[in-house]
Amino acid sequence: MNCKTTEDLLDGYADGELDLVNHLQIDEHLKTCPACKRIVENISAVKFAMSDAALYFGASPDLRNRIKSALPADKSISASGIWQWRWIPVLAAAVAIVILIFLFLPHGSSNEDILAKEVVSGHVRSMMANHLTDVPSSDQHTVKPWFEGKLDYSPPVIDLATIGFPLVGGRLDYAGNRPVAALVYKRRQHSINLFVFPSTGNSDIGTAISTQQGYNLIHWNKSGMTFWAVSDLNLDELQEFAQGIQN
Amino acid sequence: MPKNKTVNFEETILPHLDAAYNLARWLTRDGTDADDVVQEAFLRAFKFFDGFHGGNARAWILKIVRNTCHSWLQKNRGHEIAIEFDEDLHSVEGRDTEVVLLENIDSQILRGLLEELPLEFREIIILRELEGMSYKEIASIADLPLGTVMSRLTRARRRLHTGLTSFLNGGSK
Repeated sequence: MNCKTTEDLLDGYADGELDLVNHLQIDEHLKTCPACKRIVENISAVKFAMSDAALYFGASPDLRNRIKSALPADKSISASGIWQWRWIPVLAAAVAIVILIFLFLPHGSSNEDILAKEVVSGHVRSMMANHLTDVPSSDQHTVKPWFEGKLDYSPPVIDLATIGFPLVGGRLDYAGNRPVAALVYKRRQHSINLFVFPSTGNSDIGTAISTQQGYNLIHWNKSGMTFWAVSDLNLDELQEFAQGIQN
Repeated sequence: MPKNKTVNFEETILPHLDAAYNLARWLTRDGTDADDVVQEAFLRAFKFFDGFHGGNARAWILKIVRNTCHSWLQKNRGHEIAIEFDEDLHSVEGRDTEVVLLENIDSQILRGLLEELPLEFREIIILRELEGMSYKEIASIADLPLGTVMSRLTRARRRLHTGLTSFLNGGSK
């Protein structure tokens, strides 16, 4: 290592910033080079002179206070207190909204909920399009065979005219991602759609009653079939109808 | 809620207030101006504090102080830094190989010599000798390549040494 290559590294050497290899090489060089040795001594002399504490300016207590008071309130209790009070009405409103949503909207989107919506849609559609039946017949022996070839199952078809729910026909509908049988009954001016299709879930869930868009729904499983009775008929009479089918 | 931002800031950044003031005082060369610049820098730092993810808090705040100083100088003392630094002019200075004992030098003399250093040299040697920052930290604070930090430090020391020896020899510099 000669003086030319060494010179640029002497400050780094004096500051202890060189890697070990360079540091040791300069150590060696300084043993034989008085000129470079003198430069290092001068660097050290300046470093020493600058170690004088009188050169250091500390901040005044006044500046410290000015900065502290310019920062937002530093008491975490008061800060979080303000935060809490300010947001309590908002939080309360948010909680209330969540509760209301929970109470009044259908819970989640279980299969039952989806099916309930679909059968109600099917019922509404059948009324709106004036397309209540594909096979208008009060004869269960006409309606039941009509589904053959249209469905991969045979729905039970029962006439309930004896208890005041005459069968008026049958229709193909679509629910639960499959074509289903819709049996149509009458009570005075009211139509009842009875959707029947093979059950997929639990075989016996009892009888479930619900309301969708102002329509009454009664839902049950029996003998591997799922039944949904939908109507604008009052619930008492609809239950009477459901019991008639179940028996 | 996470730990209060102000409390956090006071615990991590405020302890470096002396270092911040010292740097600002050397760069502005005025106590009152340094107060103003440091206050501005700390409020700026508080604003950016969410972006500080631990690490070297002193280097972090010194970088903000340094940048605030430069903006302040540009605005208030444009003429000081408008003069572009002539690297060639300063590089012709030779190494002063005369050995002089500087142990008993008056700090007022050294202070005057430091204040006369061009800003670019002054900030490097203050960060190195008074704040004890590593070359790497200085390079990050001043946004310079490592080599530039080293060459500016060499030149700053050379000038200081020349000034000190000429003072001790009774010369006028």
